[in-house]
Formats: sequence, C-alpha cells, structure tokens
Amino acid sequence: MGYRDKAVWRNASFDIRRGEFVAVIGPNGAGKTTLFRMLLGLQRPTAGSLTVFGATPRRGNPRIGYVPQRHTIDHDTHVAADTLVRLGVSGTKWGLGVSLRREKEAANEALEAVGAAELGPKSLGALSGGELQRVFLAEALVGNPEMLLLDEPLSNLDLRRSRDLVEVIHGLVQSRHVTTLLVAHDINPLIQCLDKVIYIANGNVATGAPETVLTSASLTELYGVPVEVLHDSRNNIVIVGGEDLHGGESG
Amino acid sequence: MSGDPVQFSWNIISDLRTMWEYGFMRNAFEAGTVIAIVAGIIGYFVVIRRLAFATHALGHVGFSGAAGAVLFGVNPVYGLLLFTSSGAAGMGLLGRRASNRDLEIGTVLAFMLGLGLLFINLYKGYATEAYSILFGEILGISDSGVVFTLEASIVVLVAIALLYRRLLFASLDEDVAEAKGLPMLALGVTFMILLAVAISIAVQVIGVLLIFALMVTPAAVAVRVTKRPLHAVVISILVALFATWVGLFVQFYAQYPASFFIVTIAFATYVAVRAGQAILARLVPKIAPAVKPVTSTGREST
Repeated sequence: MGYRDKAVWRNASFDIRRGEFVAVIGPNGAGKTTLFRMLLGLQRPTAGSLTVFGATPRRGNPRIGYVPQRHTIDHDTHVAADTLVRLGVSGTKWGLGVSLRREKEAANEALEAVGAAELGPKSLGALSGGELQRVFLAEALVGNPEMLLLDEPLSNLDLRRSRDLVEVIHGLVQSRHVTTLLVAHDINPLIQCLDKVIYIANGNVATGAPETVLTSASLTELYGVPVEVLHDSRNNIVIVGGEDLHGGESG
Repeated sequence: MSGDPVQFSWNIISDLRTMWEYGFMRNAFEAGTVIAIVAGIIGYFVVIRRLAFATHALGHVGFSGAAGAVLFGVNPVYGLLLFTSSGAAGMGLLGRRASNRDLEIGTVLAFMLGLGLLFINLYKGYATEAYSILFGEILGISDSGVVFTLEASIVVLVAIALLYRRLLFASLDEDVAEAKGLPMLALGVTFMILLAVAISIAVQVIGVLLIFALMVTPAAVAVRVTKRPLHAVVISILVALFATWVGLFVQFYAQYPASFFIVTIAFATYVAVRAGQAILARLVPKIAPAVKPVTSTGREST
C-alpha cells in the first residue's frame, strides 16, 4: 500500500489505508487535535515517528484538506461563502487574482460535491451551523485532497444534522476515495459508515474496526478502569464508567 | 483658516474652480484623495480582522510620537510613523488574539495619550500643533507633504495588492491558512505595519481622535452593502473619497473644520445604509440578508 500513515502514541501505533473513513474518539484533552496538528506538520511528535504519504508531515501539504474546530467566522462575517471556498485553492497565492474562472468553477464544484451549491452566494454570517460545516468541508475539498482531517465538525449540530453531514462525508469517502479522519465526541451518528476507530484515552490508543474497539473489554483495558459498552435497540451505543460519556444521545 | 471668506454660488463648477485656485486646497485634495484610497482599502482588512479598536489605539500611540517630534523640532509625521509602527509591530508579534485584547490596548492607549499631553506641555510653542495632531489639519499639508503622502501610499498599495489573497485567507480562516503553510506571524506583523503607515498619513487629514471615520467607517459601510471582498474594497474607497471630497468642499465655503464635515458625512452614510437596510429588510425580508436578525439559537437552526 502506497498510503501508510503511521503514528505512534505512547506505545501504541496505528496505520490508516487510503480511502478509509476513520473516527478519532476520546475524552477532552486526550490529544485528538494534537494528532491532527502533527499530521498537518504544525507540531512534531515528542518521541516516535509519524509519516503521512510515506514522508514526515510538512506544513502546507496540498494533499491534505483540513477543517479545524475553531473558526474566526461569526455573525459579523459579511463575506460570501464561495469566496471562502475559493480561498481554499487561491488563498496562498500572491496578487489580486481577480475573477479567475478556473477557481470559481473549482469552488462551485466543491460546493456542489457537499450538496451546498445554493449556499455559494450567501453571507457566511447568515449561515446555520450545519450549513457552515458544509462550506468548510467544501473549502477543504476544493484542492482535491487525498486526505481530509475534520476536527469536530459535528460538535454544534443536532443529531439529525449530524447524520446529514456524516452522509455527505461518507459519500465523499466513497466517491472520491479520500482518506478521512474525523474527530468526534459522539460516535453514534458515524458508527454505520466507519472503517476504523482510533480511540484515544488515558494516554493509550486503541485502534481497529468499530466492533472490535467499542467493546467493554477493549475500552476497559484502554481506560484502565471498568468500562461497559451498552447497545440500545437501534444499535446506538452508550459507554459507561470511563472518564466521559461518548455515546449518550440516541436517534 | 482658509484665508478670506469665499462666497458660495450655486454654480458648482465655478465654485470648484475658485476653490482650486488656492494652492493649499489643491494640496488638501491631492493628499486627501490618496489617503482616502489607502484608508478605504486598509479599512476593509481592519474590519474583517476585527482591528477597529487596535486602529483607534494606534492613532493615540501616534499622538505621543507626533507630540514628541514637535517637542524635538522634528516633522510630526516622522514621530507618528515611528510610534505607530513600533506599537503595530508589537501588537503583530503578540499575535492576532492579542490585538483583540481591549483592556490591555485601552490601558496602553490612555498612557500614550497622557505621554503626548506631557510632550505638548513641555513644548513652548503654540497649542495649535497639538490641536492639529488630535483633529487633523488637512489645509496645512505642504507640497512636500503631498509627495511624502503619495510615496507612503504607493508602498502600502503595492504591498496590499501583492498580499491581497493571502491576507484575506489569513483574516477569514486563520487555522486553515496556517495549515496551508501561510506564514501567519510575518503576515500579521506586515499588515500591522501597513496599518501604522496608513494611520500616520491619515492623521494629517482627520487627526488621531477621529481616525475611525476614515479607517473604519467606510469599510463598515461597505461590508453591509456587499459580500464580495473586492467590491467591498471599492465601495469602502468610494465612501472615504466621498466623505473627504465633500468635506473639503463644504469646509471651504462654510469655514468650519474639514475634519468635522468628513466625520459627519462618513457617519451619515453609515446611518443611512443601516437604516435603509433595516427598512428594506422589513419590507422585503429576502433582499437584505446582511441584516437578518440573529437569535441566540441561530447557529443551530436552519
């Protein structure tokens, strides 16, 4: 496999293959965002090695699209959504770049790919949380990256909008074969589409298929305290006994 | 201030001709025009980078620099440039979040204004120097002042034209821009220094206390009118030009300070646009999405 992204996290290693949809789960402060920052080349691992596409991560890798958790955009941002998406390809270029047709088309294509074509001319400040996440996704997608890093895109969405967005992301993973890592707090909206889970807790990492990682035995070992994974009638899970709950809401 | 009182006739062409017979009015229009263009452009980035208060503060920092320069018999513009640039570089180096710290900035602002007061007090000349730094003295711009303003403006405009897309990206989506490899610190410091230069030349027109009217208000109007950054920059320039030109023209015939008219026109434009949009939004809710009311749960609801 040409795409072997290997990361070491305190005696734990995992690799991700091209085209996999991976959830990164764990309590606050477990180091999920740190993992992303290392993959982006913004931070270096203190020990061990980490390679992305077979090389040490470097900042500004055009093969990676990124949606951070934090954004500077709020209700006072009176800028059209497609302007932001276009900056995903042209934002690092010099000069004014007035009306480059190619960039406009790329932006519209990306917006269409996330089912948000109609949001293009709207003001970012007027969009809802779910709409904004689609625009951010389009911004990350516009350069046709091979890997997407999505940091808590579901955090401010209700369950229905979470599932809608997950559907969009899953569609991209399948149609574009883009490797996707998604940090989430609640595994339930994702669980049906995941190839792999990276569960970070207590300085340890458990990784593998969801049905092997999200078990009472595996999480008990990870946390070092008794943890129970419960299933409801709709296959939602609730994790009880760890430092935090990551199931909870049910659809 | 502008010499003999000149009678206003309703023949605008002949009024303009009369006005431009005076060298100081020509200088004022030339410098005012260049400054309005620079202020309009820089102002857009001030608004999207949320630097309005920092801009206001840099004006005050500049006041102590200008007053110090007057005290030592140096051209106040150099004192302004030195102090605003140092202050701006400091803010830039501390990072963008530091530039939004109102309490710290306000504390430094007050101290700098006080320092300026001391310098003015130590200076044995006329208080008019202080007055013109605080409120602007566009009619006092000399030929060499116009040339200096033009040179400084060209530097700012070329730099902004080069950095435009990078600056826009870094301003709108900081974390993504950083991940894409933009040098955020260097960009931030560069922008702050460009801002300092723009403030230093704009102070000649409008003074440190009224800097908001040229550096922020036109762009604040522009972002209400359009969502396209380049259109917004053009509108911001037009509002700044409109305020400056009309302000100069009216003051020539009305004999009151130009700064007052410039500030008033900028303010009136802002009020007119906001009021117009509020009325429009009420009549046809879909036409003016920029003034769409925001509810506390607005983010969650579609």
